[in-house]
Amino acid sequence: MAHAYTPGLRVTALTTLRRTRRLPLKGEVLVAAGDQVRRDQIVARTDLPGDIVTLNIVNRLGISAEEIAQYMLKAEGDEVRLGEVIAETRPLIKWFKTQITSEIDGTIENVSSVTGQVMLRKPPAPVEVPAYIDGVVVEVMPEEGVVVETVGAFIQGIFGVGGEQWGTLQMITDSPEQGITPEIIPDQCSGKILVGGGRMTHRAIEAARQAGAVGLIAGGIADGDLRQLLGYDLGVAITGTEDIGLSVIVTEGFGEISMARKTFATLSECDGKDASISGATQIRAGVQRPEIIVPSTEPAATAAAGGHISGMDEGDPLRVIRAPYFGRIGRVVELISELRQVESGATVRVLEVEFEDGERAVVPRANVELIES
Amino acid sequence: MTSDLNVVIATDCGSTTTKAILIERKGDTYRQTFRGEAPTTVEAPFEDVTRGVLNAIQEIEELSGRRILDGERIITPANGEVGVDVYISTSSAGGGLQMMVAGVVQSMTGESAQRCALGAGAIVMDVLAANDGRLPHEKIERIRQLRPDMVLLSGGTDGGTVSHVVEMAEFISAADPRPRFGSGFQLPVIYAGNKDAAEKIEATLGEKTALTLTENLRPVLERENLGPARHVIHDMFLEHVMAQAPGFRKLMSWTGVPILPTPAAVGQIMQTIARRQDINVLGVDIGGATTDVFSVFASDGEPVFNRTVSANLGMSYSISNVLSEAGLEDVMRWIPFELNEADLRDRIKNKMIRPTTIPHTLEELQIEHGVAREALRLAYIQHRELAVGLKGVQAERTLSDVFAQSESGESLIDMMALDLLVGSGGVLSHAPRRSQTAAVMVDAYQPEGVTRLAVDSIFMMPHLGVLASVNEKAATDVFERDCIVHLGTCIAPVYVGKGGMKPGEVCATYELTSAEFTDGSESGQLMVGDLRLLPLPEESEAQLSITPGRDVDVGSGPGQVHKTTIHGGIVGVILDGRGRPLQFAAEPAARVEQLARWYKALHVYGEEA
Repeated sequence: MAHAYTPGLRVTALTTLRRTRRLPLKGEVLVAAGDQVRRDQIVARTDLPGDIVTLNIVNRLGISAEEIAQYMLKAEGDEVRLGEVIAETRPLIKWFKTQITSEIDGTIENVSSVTGQVMLRKPPAPVEVPAYIDGVVVEVMPEEGVVVETVGAFIQGIFGVGGEQWGTLQMITDSPEQGITPEIIPDQCSGKILVGGGRMTHRAIEAARQAGAVGLIAGGIADGDLRQLLGYDLGVAITGTEDIGLSVIVTEGFGEISMARKTFATLSECDGKDASISGATQIRAGVQRPEIIVPSTEPAATAAAGGHISGMDEGDPLRVIRAPYFGRIGRVVELISELRQVESGATVRVLEVEFEDGERAVVPRANVELIES
Repeated sequence: MTSDLNVVIATDCGSTTTKAILIERKGDTYRQTFRGEAPTTVEAPFEDVTRGVLNAIQEIEELSGRRILDGERIITPANGEVGVDVYISTSSAGGGLQMMVAGVVQSMTGESAQRCALGAGAIVMDVLAANDGRLPHEKIERIRQLRPDMVLLSGGTDGGTVSHVVEMAEFISAADPRPRFGSGFQLPVIYAGNKDAAEKIEATLGEKTALTLTENLRPVLERENLGPARHVIHDMFLEHVMAQAPGFRKLMSWTGVPILPTPAAVGQIMQTIARRQDINVLGVDIGGATTDVFSVFASDGEPVFNRTVSANLGMSYSISNVLSEAGLEDVMRWIPFELNEADLRDRIKNKMIRPTTIPHTLEELQIEHGVAREALRLAYIQHRELAVGLKGVQAERTLSDVFAQSESGESLIDMMALDLLVGSGGVLSHAPRRSQTAAVMVDAYQPEGVTRLAVDSIFMMPHLGVLASVNEKAATDVFERDCIVHLGTCIAPVYVGKGGMKPGEVCATYELTSAEFTDGSESGQLMVGDLRLLPLPEESEAQLSITPGRDVDVGSGPGQVHKTTIHGGIVGVILDGRGRPLQFAAEPAARVEQLARWYKALHVYGEEA
């Protein structure tokens, strides 16, 4: 049978997943291998070096840079308090004395006899890494972080904004076609992750945020609504750090588009359960897609270890990801082996697909993705 | 090694694909004979770049019948149908070489440092300068955030002031920067500034960073000395950056000459071609994420090489940014049908999130070609701005200079003096028709006078750049015969007077003589606004004699007859009377009609002329 490799997004009701939780700099790991952890539990922490404040001492004292050491009251490495005198002149008449005080609590980082600058460093800023998912620590990377494992439902989105969040999943549409409008946002959804079918509007996202939701998941979003949400036009799909109060995940793409039935059904089965989500998307080499993880109480032994993508075969479910059939779901009828010319004039590898309504079409293989379980 | 060179295997390890080519001597010339490719294996689950290299080479073994590998060893030298004489490679895997550069005065040492790093094949993440308008803590925060692979610090002419460049070193020290790869390693910093400050720079950065001192890249205001610092960048790239990437130590032990960053190798072949043929060259490589522009233009009789990289102008990962930077109107102006704005925006965002998809319909292809024109145009503007003469130089001015208002810092790029325009990258190399490639390049760059057009058929230029350092003849042989596809020649008279010309006026009268034409010649009048295509096959030449209108220039001055030999190509000779810059009809319907006329003239989308 003809065979092709076209990676797709994973949508599965039960799988074993691992997430690496790593510090940006070396620090301290707070848990041990085998520990049960909760998603909001801090598993590792470190201190980021504090910000720098510069003082041009020589200009303010009216001296030359080489003389700076004679006027300093503090040396490199000394701690200083806000308002503490760090350098001063020593005139014969005390009244003419000029003093320079520290503008922060911190330490003296550097005193330069070349530039006449003094650099003060603020106290370190702590950075803490939470477990993100409920699970078990299966590996500790000393001073760097841990790997947490869980069993549960796993759904990858195609694009998201906003970082990691967790809360209870709540379905707010009855069908994968129904879009998310402000009218269907529940009045009270504090801490909830709301899930709908079709396209979400910017007004609906605003309403969800106002009502306290921490996440919103749907099939599509229009570029215009995304621009309104972010306040700028997103040029490159590297996201996850947006400060927008909630995380937004779309499973299919941009425009008026329904959620794939299987995705909608899998999420519906998780209605009312606790989930961890991340909108972080990075579409470069080392691609990262947004994700929804719903830990289960099922024992790990029954879960299929997913993630092994063998390829595409006839009969496999797929979605077309480019016009003119963009967003349509179907099954592979034939993996045509010879190259075919398509309407654009390009001669490419193609396959024949049968859509859910029975219509058939020949599309470039590059323009479909598997719906993987 | 060079005289006995008969068989070469070369790879380019890109972010996603590792491409291998086999080059063999056939009689007196070298030809590229087989190629293979395989996914790059830098990332999990393989985490060893050599796996992808071996896979790509194995494909060549299967196709060519030549045994190249003995297990995981490349057999050298070649003996009959076994082995190769040398293995060479380039790499841009893992995002390429990402650098931050610093100078004292932004438009002087800042720009020189930028040109130095770009020419060495780096992506410049930011240019810090004492006068860049940012407060000290903002500079420090920026250095800390970016996590470059290495930093190039320059500033001050030799014997000039010391304090400014030391101040920049203090900022770098305070940021305590970490390299992108290998958290336990020190960040490589190259100092190429005022030699009198070297001792103080060492005292400031010596302990905190992996500091290397080299010659000042701007020893005097009037001269740049970029070579030594570029060499150090390449050494640091191998020692610190590549060595951290999975499998690269092994790969480095296999190659006969040092691995070069991919764009540095492309720069090498461009310079080799320009020097050997004594021509001005402009090259572009438009990828999914970035667009690189290379140029070699003569300045005071000396060829000057420049490279820029527009980090967020590309056809897939960065396609949405092209729309954002160019603006909707400038992308829409190239689309030959009416399209709803929201629809266009959604389509472009969908390409961004699914970057490997290809245009299925003609409309989708036309949209991508519209975006490509804008990406190329914007990248070219950025290149023009950096490929300039040295700023801050007191130039000797003649009376004519005074009238011409010329000044230091003028762009070296003169489209009228351009001889060869080479395009590469998926959207140009893999366009369904070569006429589409030619049309996109002519519209984006708007070459003036007589310019030869070519496209890199399978992106072989990186391999040939490294090959040039081993055997220049082999590299140029393959470049001419197998690497580039000649599209033809564009002849574009340019109006240089005041006022303007009206459509329908005679722009130039031309005569082309060649045995390829019926009756031996083609002649006629090119009207303002006209676009014509004359077939002239590859390998063919024609004698051009063109007489432009009074205030129109084709290369010999306004109104002057221009005679030259022109080359044919797969597309032919494009006679472009549309003027520069191109003017678009204001009304959408009229613009669509105008585009249809242009595209039809060049048979861009299969229209009958």
